[in-house]
Amino acid sequence: MHTRNHPLLSARRICRSFGQNQVLFDIDLELVPGEVHALLGENGAGKSTLVRILAGYLSPSEGEIRLEGELRRYRSSGDAEADGVVMIHQELALAEQLTVEENVFLGREIRRGPFLDHRAMRERCRAALAELETRVDPRTRIKDLSTSDQQMVEIAKAITRDVRVLIMDEPTAALTEHEVEVLFALIARLRERGVAILYISHKLREIERIADRVTVLRDGRLIDSAPMAGRSKEELARLMVGREISDMYPERTELASDAEVVLEARDIVVPGAVKQASFTLRRGEVLGFGGVVGAGRTALIEAVLGLRARSGGEVLRNGQPVALRHLRDAVRQRIAYLTEDRKGKGLVLNMGLRPNLTLLNLRAYCRPLIDRRREEQAFKEAVERFDIRLRTQAATAAELSGGNQQKLLLAKVMSIDPEIVVINEPTRGIDVGTKHQIYHFVRELTEAGRSVILVSSEMAELIGLSHRVAVMCAGVLTGVLEGEQINEQEIMQYASGIKGVGADEQRRA
Amino acid sequence: MNNAVPDNKSLTQSRVSVDLKTWGPFIALLALAMLGVLINPAFLGLDNLSNMLTRSAFIGIIAIGATFVITAGGLDLSVGSMAAFIAGVMIILMNSLVEQFGPGLTTILLGIGASLLLGLCAGFINGMVTTKGKIEAFIVTLGTMGIYRSLVTYLADGGTLSLDWGVRDIYRPVYYGHLMGIPIPVLVFLMVAVAGYILLNHTRFGRYCFAIGSNEKVAEYSAIHVDRIKTMTYMLQGVCVALATIIYVPRLGSASGATGVLWELEAIAAVIIGGTVLKGGHGRIWGTVVGAIMLTMIGNILNLTDAISNYLNGTVQGIIIIVAVYLQRASWRKSAP
Repeated sequence: MHTRNHPLLSARRICRSFGQNQVLFDIDLELVPGEVHALLGENGAGKSTLVRILAGYLSPSEGEIRLEGELRRYRSSGDAEADGVVMIHQELALAEQLTVEENVFLGREIRRGPFLDHRAMRERCRAALAELETRVDPRTRIKDLSTSDQQMVEIAKAITRDVRVLIMDEPTAALTEHEVEVLFALIARLRERGVAILYISHKLREIERIADRVTVLRDGRLIDSAPMAGRSKEELARLMVGREISDMYPERTELASDAEVVLEARDIVVPGAVKQASFTLRRGEVLGFGGVVGAGRTALIEAVLGLRARSGGEVLRNGQPVALRHLRDAVRQRIAYLTEDRKGKGLVLNMGLRPNLTLLNLRAYCRPLIDRRREEQAFKEAVERFDIRLRTQAATAAELSGGNQQKLLLAKVMSIDPEIVVINEPTRGIDVGTKHQIYHFVRELTEAGRSVILVSSEMAELIGLSHRVAVMCAGVLTGVLEGEQINEQEIMQYASGIKGVGADEQRRA
Repeated sequence: MNNAVPDNKSLTQSRVSVDLKTWGPFIALLALAMLGVLINPAFLGLDNLSNMLTRSAFIGIIAIGATFVITAGGLDLSVGSMAAFIAGVMIILMNSLVEQFGPGLTTILLGIGASLLLGLCAGFINGMVTTKGKIEAFIVTLGTMGIYRSLVTYLADGGTLSLDWGVRDIYRPVYYGHLMGIPIPVLVFLMVAVAGYILLNHTRFGRYCFAIGSNEKVAEYSAIHVDRIKTMTYMLQGVCVALATIIYVPRLGSASGATGVLWELEAIAAVIIGGTVLKGGHGRIWGTVVGAIMLTMIGNILNLTDAISNYLNGTVQGIIIIVAVYLQRASWRKSAP
């Protein structure tokens, strides 16, 4: 245990409004050197607004920020960074066309006279990357890196600064398990060095592991702030949501023994991503897809749905071969796809909510011109059915909170009344309350005789919801687990190629 | 929790800012017109107004097509030379048809048909190469711009292609004629604008253009045939160019390597002045119409005054384009949270 030092960064009675809409009410927060302070709250609770204020991206409407007792008024993130207050973003903020080292030193290039000192920058960049145990070459361009590597670069960028307060907004959302471990080790080292760390995450298990102190926000108000020691995940979840969450995973729907196969994929090959993968999906079933990021799950699913080119294999719908060359063909077969990237692929952020809702099935609202009244009606129904909370008069999808965007996307996907719903990472970056709703929604789907394919990196989700779990490793579908086999250990072994199809080749490689 | 009712205040606020964005180009046009009247009362003369609208019809019709292309995230630089090329082919075709059909309606209708077909094909080529070849629209249309320009120069053998005098007499009313007191080019302009408005704002095609221009990936994941829709915008642009050419040819009855020079930039300027976002995702047909009229009006006003030399037309146009976009961006900034 650490003895609690004087706070390094303290925020007092912070309020913030956007126009008429107040999102933060009198928040106090103290960050102490050598302490990992976790910030918890549902989506829209005000966490991101609060940390953006601390890091100088926003100014508070009221209240003050002090660094070592001295009043600070940051007018930009640059001001805060000059004080050693650095934030790692949830959305990656890297210049795609620049190299890793150029990004790491962007805006604070090391110079020798008027010229850039490439060698010094490369060396320091390499050292930072080595500390993160990544194999990224400082000369690679960002656009050629995977998302998880990009996240590591973002972290490297932060630690090459003279950082005193490090703010991390959902840093592990895009990382693999190994990278998470490396990050945690790094956090431990930074803590030793006396850095004050503010850590935002929805993953209570992570919080349990690394946090010294936890602050919970709900609806813009500070609910609780206390040491982590002696607290349970359940207690934290309850504080966040404001009510007890029981039955996180609803009971699975009973599957008829003679339930027919509604979708079958045979020997799907995607060049460079998937090797000869086959699976079946039965009526009323939840088929989980497990594996680490980059194992080829999304590639397989998207190749089946016609979103990606495949070089081999066939797809059968209700036993009949179908040619799905474009997502539209899949929609005609009443297959809906919920993408994992809701901002990049799911919703048109600068468009209104109604056009977003109807975009997938716009045909149904045309006679032949678009009927706005029908759109409005559909929107009202969706708000009702999917419990989309319009806390403010949101004109565009960008103005909704993450959880509500997810619900809007769900409503959009369901607008085609699908028989098969493919859900990719349904709960990435959303809060416990919304997660709970989405799990129950999956149950409702299967109860109504629809089938679900669930691609998820969250083990608990796969185990809690799936009837069967297909596991992939490096493009190979290593096995389909059933019943008792569905547990964390088995899934991990199949996901790492220790067990299942191609295990020998994996070992040899 | 229930879904909170939006409070009235924020509602009215957003409405006001939207209105400013929508009406900005119209207000600017009105201000420019008032300036015109102050400078020279002859500005308001019926002849002057109808003349001005007639002249703005070419750019206007082309710009309406460009609104679709730009809204869907594309760009077409080839429209000016495409117009010249189509005009050249039309003239050669009609001249050769005179021998067979005489200088009659058949000849002209065949010429018009050929023009539309050519426009459609040229647009199709632009669209296919950008979408299937995955090359930036700027590069593709820069290439076709050069190709069409040189083709028309080649066809004219470096000189001018002239329309047969007999055909010219019959074709003449398409530019110089009136219907219900309104010049025919203005009528065509108006019809294209109304059709464009409906297409962009009230059909699936239009909605898809917005979605594609905003985020192509999202469109793809919304089961939209992105390549098909984008190609269609270029084809629509081609048809608009053909229509503009059809009413342009009877005006001078000739085409040369100098026909339609810089039209592409004027069309793009009209689109941008009208409030369409250059990088796509948001388009406004009536804004484009206003933009096209404004550009012509500037030249017209300079003609009516001695205060500023007519040679400075480009300077004034340039300033107005920049100011118009600056004002739009400023209001964007303010309304953003």
